[in-house]
Amino acid sequence: MRAQFVFSEIGVGLRRNLTMTFAVIVSVALSLGLFGASLLMRDQVGTMKGYWYDKVNVSIFFCNKADAESSDNCEKGAVTAEQKKEIRAELNDLKIVDSVQYESAEEAYKHYKEQFGDSPLASSLTPDQMQESFRIKLTDPEKYQVISSAFADRPGVQEVQDQRNLLENLFNLLNGMNWAALGVMALMLVVAIMLIVNTVRVSAFSRRRETGIMRLVGASSFYIQLPFIMEAAIAGLIGAGFASVLLVGGKYFMIDNWLSEKILLINFVGWDAVIKVLPLVFAIGLLMPALAAFFALRKYLKV
Amino acid sequence: MIRFDNVTKTYPKQNRPALRDVSLDIERGEFVFLVGSSGSGKSTFLRLILREERASHGQVHVLGKDLARLSNWKVPHMRRQLGTVFQDFRLLPNKTVGENVAFALEVIGKPRGQIRKTVPEVLDLVGLAGKEDRMPGELSGGEQQRVAVARAFVNRPMLLIADEPTGNLDPQTSVGIMKLLDRINRTGTTVIMATHDQQIVDQMRRRVIELEKGRLVRDQSRGVYGYQH
Repeated sequence: MRAQFVFSEIGVGLRRNLTMTFAVIVSVALSLGLFGASLLMRDQVGTMKGYWYDKVNVSIFFCNKADAESSDNCEKGAVTAEQKKEIRAELNDLKIVDSVQYESAEEAYKHYKEQFGDSPLASSLTPDQMQESFRIKLTDPEKYQVISSAFADRPGVQEVQDQRNLLENLFNLLNGMNWAALGVMALMLVVAIMLIVNTVRVSAFSRRRETGIMRLVGASSFYIQLPFIMEAAIAGLIGAGFASVLLVGGKYFMIDNWLSEKILLINFVGWDAVIKVLPLVFAIGLLMPALAAFFALRKYLKV
Repeated sequence: MIRFDNVTKTYPKQNRPALRDVSLDIERGEFVFLVGSSGSGKSTFLRLILREERASHGQVHVLGKDLARLSNWKVPHMRRQLGTVFQDFRLLPNKTVGENVAFALEVIGKPRGQIRKTVPEVLDLVGLAGKEDRMPGELSGGEQQRVAVARAFVNRPMLLIADEPTGNLDPQTSVGIMKLLDRINRTGTTVIMATHDQQIVDQMRRRVIELEKGRLVRDQSRGVYGYQH
């Protein structure tokens, strides 16, 4: 096998189909870029889940004086010290409960003030209107239902709230976007494969004289196919290179220099996650076009 | 060297077989003319030897191997022991004469030193010494066919298959090519040549195999063309 000969054949082939090669590169770059982005997004949702689920807890809100009129669960008036003690004792007996923290109406008022400052709504509130609550940390956050069914109907309890539900909506949205990205990626991948198959077909046709002679003088089928497969693989690699540039650029410009400055609360994916994705992008960028070319050759290049 | 045992070849979607129950032997070192009108099965006969096609029935042995049992990946190695020449030369127009001959060696992975040594030798043998750097387009038809013969012979094959090698050449040039093939035959290479050229067959007086509508109708040593248009 003479490498120089093979490489000169590849160069000729790539130049001959310059427009087609370009189309392959662009479609591979886009599909792999989307692929990498959706992998990173999945990572992002994962880290966000871990970060937030750790911080959120299940809350049992108790009735205050004002709730006696406005809320159906509080017809019997504000919660009594007795009721609170009973519930706390039961909570402590539950295995799934990790810790219970009491938040008084004053504390709730303070936190609220901290969060919303001097907004008109905040300034109209008084400590009386705030609710007392237990903040419960569960050993397994999925078991929220147990708390809810056990305490929601207790006298003095206004509501059992799982803060996870609030986050769930956000995560569902992110997951939905992720699936959409994967869908577009799959479509681009199909386009890329069809382009590669077509490129190989044109390439095989324009070189049928050479391949015919190669066959006659006894070149092995591997040797005949290699330039075509390498052509596709090289185009794919260049596409993967562009995809990596997109991903690294996206991480650098969008996340590091923009989003992370605007949104301080979120822990964004780090460079380690990006670097983990890149080899995968290159592997797929190399193998997918090579395989597509291989199967196209079986159809269009008689060996 | 070559043995056909009751070989029938039917192409898909065709009722009439292209070859019908053909049996024959060709020995090492023979020079064989294959004659017959167009569509008589000459090309199919040659394609079966090259294993571009497989026999539908019967067995084809080439160089001691049963081609039906030869796995696909071994076919290239088998073809390296055969040389082929065609009516239309089949040269690469963008490569020089020397590169065209070298191509046959490059694609089977021969080392460069050997290529550099062998190519001028074989060009000398076919009478094209010093024309290594010319392009095929600059040469006459006869010279182009000599390049093709050089390419077919550069591997020193056991068997040379020529499909109407003089079909595009004038009679005088054809004689030159025939002399060249004769010389190659005398080195011990078996030559099978399909042709329509009556003059050549009658002059050479070699074995003649005639096909008609896929059947073997004549097999004559030191024969003449005999076939009437």
